[in-house]
Amino acid sequence: MQEFKKEVSFVEKNKIAIKKKNMFIVNYIKDVFNGVKSLVVGLRRTMYYFSHHKEIITEQYPDNRDTLVLPDRFKGEVILVHDENNEHACTGCTACELACPNATIKIITKFDISPEGKKKKAIDKFVYHLELCTMCNLCIVACPTDAIKMAQTFEHSVYNRAELTKVLNKQGSKIREGVE
Amino acid sequence: MVEEIGRTADGDIIINVGPQHPATHGVLHLVITINGETIKKVEPHLGYIHRSIEKMCESLTYRQFIYVTSRMDYLSSHINNHACALCVEKALQIEVSSRAQVVRILLDELTRIASHELWWGAMAMDLGAFTPFFHAFRERETINDIMEETCGARLTMNYIVPGGIMQDIHPNFQKRIKDFIKLYKSKISEYDELVTGNIIFQNRMKGVGYLSAEDAISFGVTGPAARGSNISCDVRKIYPYEIYDQLEFVEVLETGCDSFARYMVRIREMNQSIRIIEQLVDNIPEGDFQTKTKAVLKLPKGEFYQRVETARGEFGVYIVSEGGTTPYRIKFRSPGFSNLSALDHMARGSKLGDLVAIMGTLDLVIPDIDR
Ligand code: SF4
Ligand code: SF4
Repeated sequence: MQEFKKEVSFVEKNKIAIKKKNMFIVNYIKDVFNGVKSLVVGLRRTMYYFSHHKEIITEQYPDNRDTLVLPDRFKGEVILVHDENNEHACTGCTACELACPNATIKIITKFDISPEGKKKKAIDKFVYHLELCTMCNLCIVACPTDAIKMAQTFEHSVYNRAELTKVLNKQGSKIREGVE
Repeated sequence: MVEEIGRTADGDIIINVGPQHPATHGVLHLVITINGETIKKVEPHLGYIHRSIEKMCESLTYRQFIYVTSRMDYLSSHINNHACALCVEKALQIEVSSRAQVVRILLDELTRIASHELWWGAMAMDLGAFTPFFHAFRERETINDIMEETCGARLTMNYIVPGGIMQDIHPNFQKRIKDFIKLYKSKISEYDELVTGNIIFQNRMKGVGYLSAEDAISFGVTGPAARGSNISCDVRKIYPYEIYDQLEFVEVLETGCDSFARYMVRIREMNQSIRIIEQLVDNIPEGDFQTKTKAVLKLPKGEFYQRVETARGEFGVYIVSEGGTTPYRIKFRSPGFSNLSALDHMARGSKLGDLVAIMGTLDLVIPDIDR
Protein backbone atom coordinates (compact mmCIF):
# COMPACT_ATOMS: atom_id res chain seq x y z
CA MET A 1 0.00 0.00 0.00
CA GLN A 2 2.64 2.38 0.99
CA GLU A 3 4.72 1.57 -2.07
CA PHE A 4 1.78 2.38 -4.27
CA LYS A 5 1.22 5.71 -2.59
CA LYS A 6 4.83 6.57 -3.11
CA GLU A 7 4.54 5.80 -6.79
CA VAL A 8 1.50 8.03 -7.18
CA SER A 9 3.16 10.86 -5.45
CA PHE A 10 6.17 10.40 -7.66
CA VAL A 11 4.02 10.63 -10.78
CA GLU A 12 2.23 13.66 -9.35
CA LYS A 13 5.52 15.29 -8.59
CA ASN A 14 6.72 14.69 -12.08
CA LYS A 15 3.57 16.24 -13.45
CA ILE A 16 3.97 19.30 -11.28
CA ALA A 17 7.57 19.63 -12.34
CA ILE A 18 6.62 19.52 -16.01
CA LYS A 19 3.85 22.03 -15.40
CA LYS A 20 6.30 24.27 -13.57
CA LYS A 21 8.73 24.01 -16.45
CA ASN A 22 6.00 24.94 -18.90
CA MET A 23 4.92 27.80 -16.67
CA PHE A 24 8.48 28.98 -16.49
CA ILE A 25 8.75 29.06 -20.27
CA VAL A 26 5.40 30.82 -20.60
CA ASN A 27 6.38 33.37 -17.98
CA TYR A 28 9.73 33.85 -19.61
CA ILE A 29 8.16 34.60 -22.99
CA LYS A 30 5.62 36.86 -21.29
CA ASP A 31 8.41 38.74 -19.55
CA VAL A 32 10.29 39.25 -22.78
CA PHE A 33 7.16 40.41 -24.51
CA ASN A 34 6.20 42.80 -21.70
CA GLY A 35 9.73 44.10 -21.53
CA VAL A 36 9.83 44.91 -25.21
CA LYS A 37 6.39 46.45 -25.00
CA SER A 38 7.34 48.74 -22.13
CA LEU A 39 10.43 49.83 -24.00
CA VAL A 40 8.42 50.60 -27.11
CA VAL A 41 5.95 52.64 -25.06
CA GLY A 42 8.79 54.69 -23.64
CA LEU A 43 10.52 55.09 -26.97
CA ARG A 44 7.30 56.25 -28.58
CA ARG A 45 7.33 59.18 -26.16
CA THR A 46 10.90 59.96 -27.10
CA MET A 47 10.11 59.77 -30.81
CA TYR A 48 7.12 62.04 -30.30
CA TYR A 49 9.34 64.81 -28.99
CA PHE A 50 11.92 64.05 -31.64
CA SER A 51 9.36 64.85 -34.32
CA HIS A 52 7.66 67.76 -32.49
CA HIS A 53 10.31 70.43 -32.27
CA LYS A 54 7.78 73.10 -31.37
CA GLU A 55 7.25 71.62 -27.92
CA ILE A 56 10.87 72.00 -26.96
CA ILE A 57 11.13 74.69 -24.34
CA THR A 58 14.87 75.09 -23.97
CA GLU A 59 15.93 78.70 -23.59
CA GLN A 60 18.81 79.77 -25.78
CA TYR A 61 20.67 81.76 -23.17
CA PRO A 62 22.83 83.85 -23.74
CA ASP A 63 21.65 84.30 -27.33
CA ASN A 64 18.27 85.53 -26.08
CA ARG A 65 19.73 88.20 -23.82
CA ASP A 66 17.97 91.01 -25.68
CA THR A 67 14.55 89.46 -25.40
CA LEU A 68 14.93 88.00 -21.94
CA VAL A 69 12.44 89.58 -19.55
CA LEU A 70 12.76 88.87 -15.86
CA PRO A 71 9.83 89.46 -13.53
CA ASP A 72 10.02 92.81 -11.78
CA ARG A 73 10.22 91.20 -8.37
CA PHE A 74 13.32 89.26 -9.33
CA LYS A 75 16.01 89.78 -6.73
CA GLY A 76 19.23 90.51 -8.57
CA GLU A 77 21.05 93.17 -6.60
CA VAL A 78 20.24 96.07 -4.31
CA ILE A 79 20.23 99.51 -5.92
CA LEU A 80 19.58 102.99 -4.63
CA VAL A 81 16.93 104.62 -6.79
CA HIS A 82 17.98 107.97 -8.29
CA ASP A 83 15.59 110.17 -10.24
CA GLU A 84 16.47 112.39 -13.22
CA ASN A 85 17.68 115.23 -10.92
CA ASN A 86 20.21 112.84 -9.38
CA GLU A 87 18.24 112.75 -6.16
CA HIS A 88 17.48 109.77 -3.97
CA ALA A 89 15.26 109.14 -0.95
CA CYS A 90 17.79 107.78 1.53
CA THR A 91 17.84 109.63 4.82
CA GLY A 92 20.67 107.63 6.31
CA CYS A 93 18.54 106.08 9.02
CA THR A 94 20.50 102.77 8.84
CA ALA A 95 17.36 100.66 9.17
CA CYS A 96 18.52 98.58 6.22
CA GLU A 97 21.94 98.11 7.75
CA LEU A 98 20.37 96.76 10.93
CA ALA A 99 17.97 94.49 9.06
CA CYS A 100 20.68 92.85 6.99
CA PRO A 101 21.76 89.47 8.33
CA ASN A 102 25.15 89.52 6.61
CA ALA A 103 26.44 93.04 7.24
CA THR A 104 26.23 93.66 3.52
CA ILE A 105 25.29 97.30 3.84
CA LYS A 106 27.36 99.99 5.51
CA ILE A 107 25.95 103.49 5.70
CA ILE A 108 28.48 106.24 6.27
CA THR A 109 26.76 109.47 7.23
CA LYS A 110 27.87 113.07 7.31
CA PHE A 111 26.29 116.34 8.39
CA ASP A 112 25.17 118.79 5.74
CA ILE A 113 24.82 122.44 6.65
CA SER A 114 21.59 123.77 5.19
CA PRO A 115 21.36 127.40 3.92
CA GLU A 116 19.70 128.39 7.17
CA GLY A 117 22.74 127.16 9.01
CA LYS A 118 21.08 124.02 10.41
CA LYS A 119 22.88 120.71 10.62
CA LYS A 120 21.22 117.88 8.74
CA LYS A 121 22.18 114.22 8.64
CA ALA A 122 22.75 112.78 5.17
CA ILE A 123 24.54 109.85 3.63
CA ASP A 124 28.12 110.23 2.61
CA LYS A 125 28.52 106.73 1.23
CA PHE A 126 26.09 103.87 0.83
CA VAL A 127 28.48 100.94 0.69
CA TYR A 128 27.06 97.69 -0.59
CA HIS A 129 28.97 94.41 -0.66
CA LEU A 130 27.40 92.39 -3.43
CA GLU A 131 29.66 89.46 -2.61
CA LEU A 132 28.05 89.13 0.81
CA CYS A 133 24.46 89.68 -0.24
CA THR A 134 22.07 86.74 -0.19
CA MET A 135 19.17 88.58 -1.88
CA CYS A 136 16.90 88.05 1.09
CA ASN A 137 14.94 91.29 0.54
CA LEU A 138 14.97 92.19 4.25
CA CYS A 139 16.66 95.56 3.69
CA ILE A 140 14.11 96.58 1.06
CA VAL A 141 11.25 95.76 3.42
CA ALA A 142 12.91 97.61 6.29
CA CYS A 143 13.50 100.88 4.44
CA PRO A 144 10.91 103.45 5.60
CA THR A 145 11.29 105.69 2.53
CA ASP A 146 11.51 103.04 -0.20
CA ALA A 147 14.87 104.42 -1.21
CA ILE A 148 16.33 101.08 -2.24
CA LYS A 149 14.98 98.33 -4.44
CA MET A 150 16.01 95.14 -6.17
CA ALA A 151 17.35 95.32 -9.71
CA GLN A 152 16.85 92.55 -12.23
CA THR A 153 20.49 92.16 -13.18
CA PHE A 154 21.96 88.75 -12.64
CA GLU A 155 25.27 88.48 -14.46
CA HIS A 156 27.49 89.44 -11.58
CA SER A 157 30.73 87.65 -12.41
CA VAL A 158 33.83 89.80 -12.27
CA TYR A 159 37.54 89.05 -12.27
CA ASN A 160 38.35 90.90 -9.11
CA ARG A 161 36.46 90.51 -5.89
CA ALA A 162 36.97 94.15 -4.97
CA GLU A 163 34.76 95.19 -7.89
CA LEU A 164 31.79 93.72 -6.08
CA THR A 165 32.00 96.30 -3.31
CA LYS A 166 29.95 99.20 -4.60
CA VAL A 167 29.03 102.68 -3.51
CA LEU A 168 25.39 103.01 -4.41
CA ASN A 169 24.83 106.76 -4.13
CA LYS A 170 25.95 108.47 -7.31
CA GLN A 171 28.51 111.25 -7.46
CA GLY A 172 26.97 114.56 -6.39
CA SER A 173 23.58 113.09 -5.61
CA LYS A 174 21.53 114.44 -2.76
CA ILE A 175 18.38 113.66 -0.87
CA ARG A 176 15.09 114.56 -2.51
CA GLU A 177 13.19 117.56 -1.09
CA GLY A 178 10.55 116.62 1.40
CA VAL A 179 11.77 113.15 2.28
CA GLU A 180 12.10 112.81 6.03
CA MET B 1 47.33 38.56 9.12
CA VAL B 2 48.57 41.99 8.23
CA GLU B 3 45.79 44.25 7.16
CA GLU B 4 46.20 45.46 3.62
CA ILE B 5 45.29 48.99 2.69
CA GLY B 6 41.78 49.01 1.30
CA ARG B 7 40.96 45.57 2.69
CA THR B 8 39.48 44.35 5.92
CA ALA B 9 40.86 41.42 7.91
CA ASP B 10 38.33 39.13 6.20
CA GLY B 11 39.59 40.12 2.79
CA ASP B 12 36.65 42.35 1.93
CA ILE B 13 37.36 45.37 -0.17
CA ILE B 14 36.73 48.88 1.12
CA ILE B 15 35.83 51.46 -1.49
CA ASN B 16 34.86 55.11 -1.40
CA VAL B 17 31.84 56.53 -3.14
CA GLY B 18 32.03 60.29 -3.19
CA PRO B 19 32.42 62.91 -1.86
CA GLN B 20 32.55 64.02 -5.49
CA HIS B 21 30.21 61.56 -7.12
CA PRO B 22 27.20 62.48 -9.24
CA ALA B 23 25.06 59.70 -7.83
CA THR B 24 25.29 60.96 -4.27
CA HIS B 25 23.57 64.23 -5.28
CA GLY B 26 26.01 66.32 -3.35
CA VAL B 27 29.09 65.94 -1.25
CA LEU B 28 28.18 62.76 0.57
CA HIS B 29 31.04 60.38 1.24
CA LEU B 30 30.16 56.70 1.60
CA VAL B 31 32.74 54.17 2.72
CA ILE B 32 31.52 50.81 1.52
CA THR B 33 32.75 47.36 2.49
CA ILE B 34 32.04 44.86 -0.27
CA ASN B 35 32.53 41.18 -0.69
CA GLY B 36 32.59 40.64 -4.41
CA GLU B 37 29.49 42.50 -5.54
CA THR B 38 27.64 42.21 -2.26
CA ILE B 39 27.53 45.13 0.12
CA LYS B 40 28.48 44.30 3.69
CA LYS B 41 28.50 47.74 5.23
CA VAL B 42 27.81 51.32 4.24
CA GLU B 43 29.31 54.05 6.36
CA PRO B 44 28.31 57.62 5.54
CA HIS B 45 30.91 60.27 6.32
CA LEU B 46 29.49 63.74 6.73
CA GLY B 47 30.86 67.21 7.15
CA TYR B 48 31.88 68.23 3.66
CA ILE B 49 29.27 70.95 3.46
CA HIS B 50 28.90 71.82 7.11
CA ARG B 51 28.21 75.53 7.51
CA SER B 52 27.25 75.55 11.19
CA ILE B 53 23.87 76.98 10.40
CA GLU B 54 22.55 76.30 13.89
CA LYS B 55 25.37 78.28 15.45
CA MET B 56 24.95 81.06 12.90
CA CYS B 57 21.30 81.39 13.82
CA GLU B 58 22.24 82.21 17.41
CA SER B 59 23.56 85.57 16.27
CA LEU B 60 20.64 86.40 13.98
CA THR B 61 17.34 87.96 14.96
CA TYR B 62 14.03 86.15 14.58
CA ARG B 63 13.42 87.85 11.25
CA GLN B 64 16.88 87.22 9.93
CA PHE B 65 17.38 83.55 10.76
CA ILE B 66 14.63 82.38 8.40
CA TYR B 67 16.57 82.97 5.21
CA VAL B 68 19.37 80.65 6.33
CA THR B 69 17.02 77.67 6.43
CA SER B 70 16.49 78.01 2.67
CA ARG B 71 20.07 76.88 2.35
CA MET B 72 19.49 73.61 4.15
CA ASP B 73 17.01 71.60 2.15
CA TYR B 74 17.12 73.88 -0.85
CA LEU B 75 14.49 71.89 -2.71
CA SER B 76 11.85 72.53 -0.09
CA SER B 77 13.22 75.85 1.10
CA HIS B 78 9.77 77.31 1.23
CA ILE B 79 8.55 74.70 3.67
CA ASN B 80 11.62 75.19 5.86
CA ASN B 81 10.93 78.93 5.99
CA HIS B 82 7.36 78.11 6.84
CA ALA B 83 8.38 76.01 9.83
CA CYS B 84 10.54 78.79 11.24
CA ALA B 85 7.86 81.41 10.78
CA LEU B 86 5.29 79.13 12.43
CA CYS B 87 7.56 78.55 15.39
CA VAL B 88 8.10 82.27 15.95
CA GLU B 89 4.38 82.93 15.51
CA LYS B 90 3.56 80.22 18.01
CA ALA B 91 5.89 81.74 20.58
CA LEU B 92 4.55 85.26 20.10
CA GLN B 93 0.96 84.13 19.57
CA ILE B 94 0.62 86.05 16.33
CA GLU B 95 -2.57 85.45 14.40
CA VAL B 96 -1.91 85.03 10.71
CA SER B 97 -4.56 86.24 8.28
CA SER B 98 -6.33 83.57 6.29
CA ARG B 99 -5.05 85.04 3.05
CA ALA B 100 -1.46 84.54 4.10
CA GLN B 101 -2.24 81.02 5.31
CA VAL B 102 -3.75 79.98 2.00
CA VAL B 103 -0.91 81.48 -0.02
CA ARG B 104 1.62 79.77 2.20
CA ILE B 105 -0.01 76.39 1.69
CA LEU B 106 -0.26 76.93 -2.06
CA LEU B 107 3.43 77.68 -2.21
CA ASP B 108 4.25 74.75 0.07
CA GLU B 109 2.45 72.32 -2.16
CA LEU B 110 3.99 73.79 -5.31
CA THR B 111 7.37 73.37 -3.68
CA ARG B 112 6.54 69.77 -2.84
CA ILE B 113 5.62 69.02 -6.44
CA ALA B 114 8.74 70.75 -7.73
CA SER B 115 10.87 68.78 -5.31
CA HIS B 116 9.27 65.44 -6.20
CA GLU B 117 9.64 66.21 -9.87
CA LEU B 118 13.32 66.89 -9.52
CA TRP B 119 13.64 63.71 -7.49
CA TRP B 120 11.81 61.76 -10.18
CA GLY B 121 14.18 62.98 -12.87
CA ALA B 122 17.23 62.35 -10.72
CA MET B 123 15.97 58.92 -9.71
CA ALA B 124 15.61 57.86 -13.35
CA MET B 125 19.03 59.28 -14.07
CA ASP B 126 20.52 57.25 -11.24
CA LEU B 127 19.24 54.16 -12.98
CA GLY B 128 20.64 55.21 -16.32
CA ALA B 129 17.72 56.92 -18.04
CA PHE B 130 18.57 60.45 -19.03
CA THR B 131 15.47 61.65 -20.90
CA PRO B 132 13.10 61.76 -17.89
CA PHE B 133 15.31 64.35 -16.28
CA PHE B 134 14.41 66.87 -18.96
CA HIS B 135 10.74 66.01 -18.86
CA ALA B 136 10.73 66.58 -15.12
CA PHE B 137 12.48 69.89 -15.52
CA ARG B 138 9.91 71.11 -17.98
CA GLU B 139 7.14 71.02 -15.36
CA ARG B 140 9.44 72.13 -12.59
CA GLU B 141 10.41 75.15 -14.65
CA THR B 142 6.78 76.29 -14.70
CA ILE B 143 6.68 76.17 -10.92
CA ASN B 144 9.97 78.03 -10.70
CA ASP B 145 8.51 80.72 -12.93
CA ILE B 146 5.58 81.12 -10.54
CA MET B 147 8.02 81.42 -7.65
CA GLU B 148 10.15 83.87 -9.53
CA GLU B 149 7.22 86.10 -10.30
CA THR B 150 5.70 86.15 -6.82
CA CYS B 151 8.65 85.60 -4.49
CA GLY B 152 11.44 87.03 -6.61
CA ALA B 153 13.64 83.95 -6.51
CA ARG B 154 13.60 80.46 -7.88
CA LEU B 155 15.14 78.43 -5.12
CA THR B 156 15.88 80.43 -1.99
CA MET B 157 12.70 82.40 -1.73
CA ASN B 158 12.64 83.83 1.80
CA TYR B 159 9.06 84.87 1.16
CA ILE B 160 7.50 83.76 4.42
CA VAL B 161 8.03 86.09 7.35
CA PRO B 162 6.68 85.92 10.90
CA GLY B 163 3.14 87.25 10.61
CA GLY B 164 2.43 86.34 7.02
CA ILE B 165 4.17 86.74 3.70
CA MET B 166 6.64 89.38 2.62
CA GLN B 167 4.74 90.90 -0.31
CA ASP B 168 1.26 90.39 -1.64
CA ILE B 169 0.89 87.81 -4.37
CA HIS B 170 1.53 88.78 -7.96
CA PRO B 171 -1.66 89.49 -10.00
CA ASN B 172 -0.78 86.61 -12.32
CA PHE B 173 -0.36 84.16 -9.46
CA GLN B 174 -3.67 82.31 -9.75
CA LYS B 175 -3.70 82.20 -13.54
CA ARG B 176 -0.20 80.83 -13.63
CA ILE B 177 -1.04 78.09 -11.15
CA LYS B 178 -4.06 77.06 -13.19
CA ASP B 179 -1.90 76.90 -16.29
CA PHE B 180 0.49 74.71 -14.39
CA ILE B 181 -2.26 72.34 -13.26
CA LYS B 182 -3.40 71.99 -16.84
CA LEU B 183 0.12 71.30 -18.03
CA TYR B 184 0.75 68.84 -15.23
CA LYS B 185 -2.40 66.86 -15.92
CA SER B 186 -1.62 66.57 -19.61
CA LYS B 187 1.91 65.40 -18.95
CA ILE B 188 1.66 63.11 -15.93
CA SER B 189 0.84 60.09 -18.08
CA GLU B 190 4.26 60.47 -19.68
CA TYR B 191 5.85 59.79 -16.33
CA ASP B 192 4.24 56.38 -16.21
CA GLU B 193 4.97 55.65 -19.85
CA LEU B 194 8.61 56.58 -19.57
CA VAL B 195 9.58 55.23 -16.20
CA THR B 196 6.95 53.59 -13.99
CA GLY B 197 5.86 51.02 -16.54
CA ASN B 198 9.35 50.30 -17.77
CA ILE B 199 10.28 46.71 -17.09
CA ILE B 200 13.95 47.40 -16.46
CA PHE B 201 13.05 50.07 -13.98
CA GLN B 202 10.56 47.84 -12.18
CA ASN B 203 12.96 44.95 -11.94
CA ARG B 204 15.57 47.18 -10.42
CA MET B 205 13.16 48.64 -7.88
CA LYS B 206 10.90 45.82 -6.76
CA GLY B 207 12.15 43.85 -3.80
CA VAL B 208 15.24 46.03 -3.50
CA GLY B 209 16.12 48.05 -0.43
CA TYR B 210 13.70 46.40 1.93
CA LEU B 211 12.83 48.51 4.96
CA SER B 212 10.31 47.01 7.34
CA ALA B 213 7.92 49.19 9.29
CA GLU B 214 9.65 48.39 12.60
CA ASP B 215 13.05 49.33 11.23
CA ALA B 216 11.71 52.50 9.70
CA ILE B 217 10.39 53.55 13.09
CA SER B 218 13.54 52.64 14.96
CA PHE B 219 15.72 54.58 12.51
CA GLY B 220 13.40 57.57 12.70
CA VAL B 221 12.66 57.51 8.99
CA THR B 222 9.91 59.95 8.04
CA GLY B 223 8.24 61.26 4.94
CA PRO B 224 7.65 59.33 1.74
CA ALA B 225 10.42 56.88 2.65
CA ALA B 226 8.50 55.78 5.73
CA ARG B 227 5.11 55.89 4.05
CA GLY B 228 6.42 53.35 1.57
CA SER B 229 6.66 51.01 4.55
CA ASN B 230 3.05 51.69 5.47
CA ILE B 231 3.74 54.00 8.39
CA SER B 232 1.32 56.85 8.74
CA CYS B 233 3.55 59.80 9.56
CA ASP B 234 2.30 62.75 7.56
CA VAL B 235 2.61 65.78 9.84
CA ARG B 236 -0.05 67.55 7.78
CA LYS B 237 -2.53 64.91 8.96
CA ILE B 238 -1.29 64.04 12.43
CA TYR B 239 -0.35 67.50 13.73
CA PRO B 240 -2.11 69.80 11.26
CA TYR B 241 -0.76 73.31 11.01
CA GLU B 242 -2.31 76.29 9.23
CA ILE B 243 -5.53 75.09 7.57
CA TYR B 244 -4.44 71.61 6.54
CA ASP B 245 -7.12 70.05 8.74
CA GLN B 246 -9.83 71.68 6.61
CA LEU B 247 -8.47 70.40 3.33
CA GLU B 248 -9.36 67.23 1.52
CA PHE B 249 -6.45 65.00 0.72
CA VAL B 250 -5.38 61.50 1.63
CA GLU B 251 -2.16 60.43 3.18
CA VAL B 252 -0.48 58.24 0.58
CA LEU B 253 0.56 54.85 1.97
CA GLU B 254 2.16 51.86 0.24
CA THR B 255 2.73 48.44 1.71
CA GLY B 256 5.60 47.23 -0.45
CA CYS B 257 8.41 48.38 1.90
CA ASP B 258 10.80 48.33 -1.08
CA SER B 259 12.24 50.91 -3.43
CA PHE B 260 9.26 50.69 -5.74
CA ALA B 261 6.83 51.44 -2.91
CA ARG B 262 8.75 54.56 -2.00
CA TYR B 263 8.75 55.56 -5.63
CA MET B 264 5.00 55.13 -5.92
CA VAL B 265 4.38 57.15 -2.75
CA ARG B 266 6.04 60.20 -4.26
CA ILE B 267 4.30 59.85 -7.61
CA ARG B 268 0.92 59.58 -5.90
CA GLU B 269 1.76 62.36 -3.47
CA MET B 270 2.19 64.78 -6.35
CA ASN B 271 -1.41 64.12 -7.35
CA GLN B 272 -2.54 64.83 -3.78
CA SER B 273 -0.66 68.12 -3.82
CA ILE B 274 -2.42 69.02 -7.06
CA ARG B 275 -5.68 68.22 -5.31
CA ILE B 276 -4.87 70.59 -2.46
CA ILE B 277 -3.85 73.33 -4.87
CA GLU B 278 -7.07 72.92 -6.84
CA GLN B 279 -9.11 73.41 -3.68
CA LEU B 280 -7.33 76.60 -2.75
CA VAL B 281 -6.34 78.36 -5.93
CA ASP B 282 -9.75 79.92 -6.55
CA ASN B 283 -10.45 80.53 -2.88
CA ILE B 284 -7.71 82.86 -1.78
CA PRO B 285 -9.51 85.07 0.75
CA GLU B 286 -9.19 88.83 0.63
CA GLY B 287 -7.48 90.59 3.46
CA ASP B 288 -4.08 91.52 4.77
CA PHE B 289 -1.17 89.47 3.63
CA GLN B 290 0.77 90.30 6.74
CA THR B 291 -0.19 90.87 10.34
CA LYS B 292 1.36 93.95 11.90
CA THR B 293 4.17 92.86 14.15
CA LYS B 294 6.60 94.78 16.30
CA ALA B 295 9.70 96.03 14.51
CA VAL B 296 11.91 94.04 16.86
CA LEU B 297 10.68 90.58 17.72
CA LYS B 298 11.44 89.36 21.23
CA LEU B 299 10.44 85.82 22.06
CA PRO B 300 9.36 85.13 25.65
CA LYS B 301 11.60 82.98 27.76
CA GLY B 302 11.04 79.32 27.03
CA GLU B 303 11.31 76.52 24.53
CA PHE B 304 9.32 76.28 21.31
CA TYR B 305 9.00 73.51 18.79
CA GLN B 306 7.22 73.36 15.48
CA ARG B 307 7.19 70.58 12.94
CA VAL B 308 6.10 70.56 9.34
CA GLU B 309 6.06 68.04 6.53
CA THR B 310 8.64 68.86 3.90
CA ALA B 311 9.04 66.92 0.67
CA ARG B 312 11.46 64.62 2.49
CA GLY B 313 9.78 64.12 5.81
CA GLU B 314 9.38 65.75 9.15
CA PHE B 315 11.26 68.98 9.62
CA GLY B 316 11.36 70.44 13.11
CA VAL B 317 12.50 73.77 14.49
CA TYR B 318 13.38 73.95 18.16
CA ILE B 319 14.04 77.37 19.62
CA VAL B 320 15.32 78.03 23.11
CA SER B 321 14.79 81.64 24.03
CA GLU B 322 16.20 83.59 26.93
CA GLY B 323 13.85 86.45 26.25
CA GLY B 324 16.18 88.40 23.97
CA THR B 325 16.09 89.37 20.33
CA THR B 326 18.23 86.43 19.23
CA PRO B 327 17.72 82.76 20.09
CA TYR B 328 19.83 81.17 22.80
CA ARG B 329 19.93 77.91 20.89
CA ILE B 330 18.33 76.62 17.71
CA LYS B 331 18.09 73.00 16.69
CA PHE B 332 16.78 71.81 13.37
CA ARG B 333 15.46 68.31 13.00
CA SER B 334 16.15 67.59 9.37
CA PRO B 335 14.48 64.63 7.69
CA GLY B 336 17.48 63.75 5.53
CA PHE B 337 19.74 62.97 8.48
CA SER B 338 17.49 60.30 9.97
CA ASN B 339 16.64 58.85 6.57
CA LEU B 340 20.32 58.50 5.76
CA SER B 341 20.89 56.50 8.94
CA ALA B 342 18.68 53.74 7.52
CA LEU B 343 20.80 53.43 4.38
CA ASP B 344 23.30 51.01 5.91
CA HIS B 345 20.53 48.71 7.04
CA MET B 346 18.73 48.80 3.70
CA ALA B 347 21.78 48.31 1.52
CA ARG B 348 23.35 45.41 3.44
CA GLY B 349 23.25 42.25 1.38
CA SER B 350 22.23 43.91 -1.85
CA LYS B 351 24.43 44.38 -4.88
CA LEU B 352 26.67 47.36 -5.38
CA GLY B 353 24.70 48.50 -8.41
CA ASP B 354 21.54 48.74 -6.32
CA LEU B 355 23.08 51.08 -3.79
CA VAL B 356 22.46 54.08 -5.99
CA ALA B 357 18.86 53.03 -6.56
CA ILE B 358 18.28 52.63 -2.83
CA MET B 359 19.89 55.95 -2.10
CA GLY B 360 17.77 57.56 -4.79
CA THR B 361 14.54 56.44 -3.16
CA LEU B 362 15.58 58.09 0.10
CA ASP B 363 15.75 61.41 -1.77
CA LEU B 364 18.75 62.75 0.09
CA VAL B 365 19.70 66.41 -0.04
CA ILE B 366 23.14 66.68 1.44
CA PRO B 367 23.09 70.31 2.73
CA ASP B 368 20.03 69.27 4.69
CA ILE B 369 21.95 66.42 6.32
CA ASP B 370 25.07 68.44 7.06
CA ARG B 371 23.58 71.86 7.82
S1 SF4 C 1 19.13 91.59 0.31
FE1 SF4 C 1 19.50 90.75 2.35
S2 SF4 C 1 21.66 90.25 2.39
FE2 SF4 C 1 21.34 91.64 0.65
S3 SF4 C 1 21.74 93.67 1.47
FE3 SF4 C 1 19.55 93.32 1.67
S4 SF4 C 1 19.29 92.49 3.73
FE4 SF4 C 1 21.45 92.31 3.22
S1 SF4 D 1 18.20 103.04 2.29
FE1 SF4 D 1 16.34 103.33 3.49
S2 SF4 D 1 16.70 102.13 5.35
FE2 SF4 D 1 18.68 102.37 4.37
S3 SF4 D 1 19.56 104.18 5.35
FE3 SF4 D 1 18.52 104.88 3.49
S4 SF4 D 1 16.47 105.45 4.16
FE4 SF4 D 1 17.36 104.23 5.80
